[in-house]
Amino acid sequence: MAAKHIHAIYSDDDILMQAVKQVRAAHYHIEEVYTPFPVHGLDKVMGLAPTRIAICSFLYGLVGLAVAITMMNFIMIEDWPQDIGGKPSFSYIENMPAFVPIMFELTVFFAAHLMVITFYMRSKLWPFKKAENPDVRTTDDHFLMAIDAGHHDVEQLSKFLYDTGALEISLIENDDDH
Amino acid sequence: MYTLPSKLKLFAIIFMVVGALGMLAGFLGAPSTTAEVKEMMAAHGDGHGTSHDTAADTHNTAMGEHGVTEGHGENAHNDEEAHLEHVLHQLQNRPWSALYVASFFFFMIALGTLAFYAIQHAAQAGWSPVLFRVMEGITAYLPWASVIIIILLLLSVFHVNHIFHWMDGDLINPESPKYDKLIAGKSGWLNPMWFIVRAVIYLLGFNLYRYFSRKWTLNQDNAEDNRWFKKNFKLAAGFLVFFIYTESMMSWDWIMSFDPHWFSTLFGWYVFAGMMVCAITVIAMVTIVLKSQGYLEFVNDSHIHDLAKFMFGFSIFWTYLWFSQFMLIWYANIPEEVTYFITRIEDYNLPFFGMVAMNFIFPVLMLMNSDYKRVNWFVIMSGVVILAGHYIDVFNMVMPATVGTSWFIGLPEIGAMLFFFGLFVLVVFTALTKAPLLAKRNPFIKESKHFHY
Repeated sequence: MAAKHIHAIYSDDDILMQAVKQVRAAHYHIEEVYTPFPVHGLDKVMGLAPTRIAICSFLYGLVGLAVAITMMNFIMIEDWPQDIGGKPSFSYIENMPAFVPIMFELTVFFAAHLMVITFYMRSKLWPFKKAENPDVRTTDDHFLMAIDAGHHDVEQLSKFLYDTGALEISLIENDDDH
Repeated sequence: MYTLPSKLKLFAIIFMVVGALGMLAGFLGAPSTTAEVKEMMAAHGDGHGTSHDTAADTHNTAMGEHGVTEGHGENAHNDEEAHLEHVLHQLQNRPWSALYVASFFFFMIALGTLAFYAIQHAAQAGWSPVLFRVMEGITAYLPWASVIIIILLLLSVFHVNHIFHWMDGDLINPESPKYDKLIAGKSGWLNPMWFIVRAVIYLLGFNLYRYFSRKWTLNQDNAEDNRWFKKNFKLAAGFLVFFIYTESMMSWDWIMSFDPHWFSTLFGWYVFAGMMVCAITVIAMVTIVLKSQGYLEFVNDSHIHDLAKFMFGFSIFWTYLWFSQFMLIWYANIPEEVTYFITRIEDYNLPFFGMVAMNFIFPVLMLMNSDYKRVNWFVIMSGVVILAGHYIDVFNMVMPATVGTSWFIGLPEIGAMLFFFGLFVLVVFTALTKAPLLAKRNPFIKESKHFHY
């Protein structure tokens, strides 16, 4: 099935933000916006659902805490108890203050690393992946908005986009989805 | 302009009166002879009898700290009269300590707010100028708190009360049987004269900054250029240097010296962290109260969100310092250091661990979610718990050295808190009526109004 898209290029993030607002107000469907840097507030303007990565991060932190407790309990209490500084390691809770730095570090370690990995997976990013952005200038100083042109009059849509401040407007017709 | 609601005024005065009655009851209820102590202990019956034994066990360490005659601890039971006298001193210290803790707690809120305010000026922060008048309102309590603190310190120096053990002159007299080598060694710093001189220097410095910064922001309101703003920037930067030294020394003098044998090198930071949490919590609370009355229409949820982030962040910072202090001492296990935590864990177990839960676990779980930081009543409720937790923190820092095992949160403590709460509310909200609630000519005021997270 042939899909028609319009790629509109902007050169300023403030103009882009305004354009996104206008395009959405006119009930056109924005498929994606490619930017060279994170534009603050763009997700809200595009109407994207709020991220749930914070919840993931919290859960990963709990996993890290559990791993740290289990690990230290096995290493220091069960497997090889030692008398360090006159504090014999026979009880986890009595030696807990010594393990707090490890519990803290592993909580942070798990939360941070697994969160980044989750982010890569959700963004479909992996090593040697071919870049998806349709125009290399979006990695430099240009912003690209991809709009679904399916059932709209292309002439009228182009005119509308031009009025929102787009510098270049191109019609893309492709057979596959990417 | 804000006008003080008459209800609020009445409410504050009622708190002060009830609190003053509670404190008075505390002072009148304190025993004056060992015979009265004996009666009080007998009246408590068997329940107290069992705890009495454990009290006698820990007595040796407590006595060691109090520097009472050697040989006294060898058999505490033979020395019933000396024990009663010890309890008598603790019970006599209790209303004074309660008064001191509560007055220091509210002093700490005003001083922390002043430091936070100076940081905003020195950093030329763009988000906070809409809150400047709220902060200035809170720091208006500082002169009052300073006068009260200096009176309490003078009363201690003139031996009206004995909450500062090291002020006892016999301890540094080599002829006296009570001679304490460690305290005598510290008498170059810990002597009443120099102690009061230092207190005056700290308080003068804090209050001078408070006076001029307030005056100059008011001048800036009607200024043609940014002259007063720039002056305030320089003053704030200078004050912060003064503050970070004097705040640390102030913590040694006014809190750490209750345990004159013990010392901790990060104590100043620890008190500072608690101070900042309380101050930011109170800024958020006063802001929300004023907003709910229809004032501060230019303050939006993002400002509250930022304050709540600071509450969250400084709670964690406080815990970090609390744990750093605790873990090193626990691990090293050096007798003269570890007594501090042993008395707290044995005699103050519930407040000691309870306040860690209130000051760390509670705010971490409550304020972690981004959305909750914008829910005003949620911030207020979390703030109440945080403030209560930090009151207990100050309580834990002072009471074990002054009242030992004879502690209780009863009439004197609650009365003193109610009294100072009433005074604080009255002074702060009266000060808020004195100037427009928006520092309108601050060069960052537009940015601050449009602040959006």
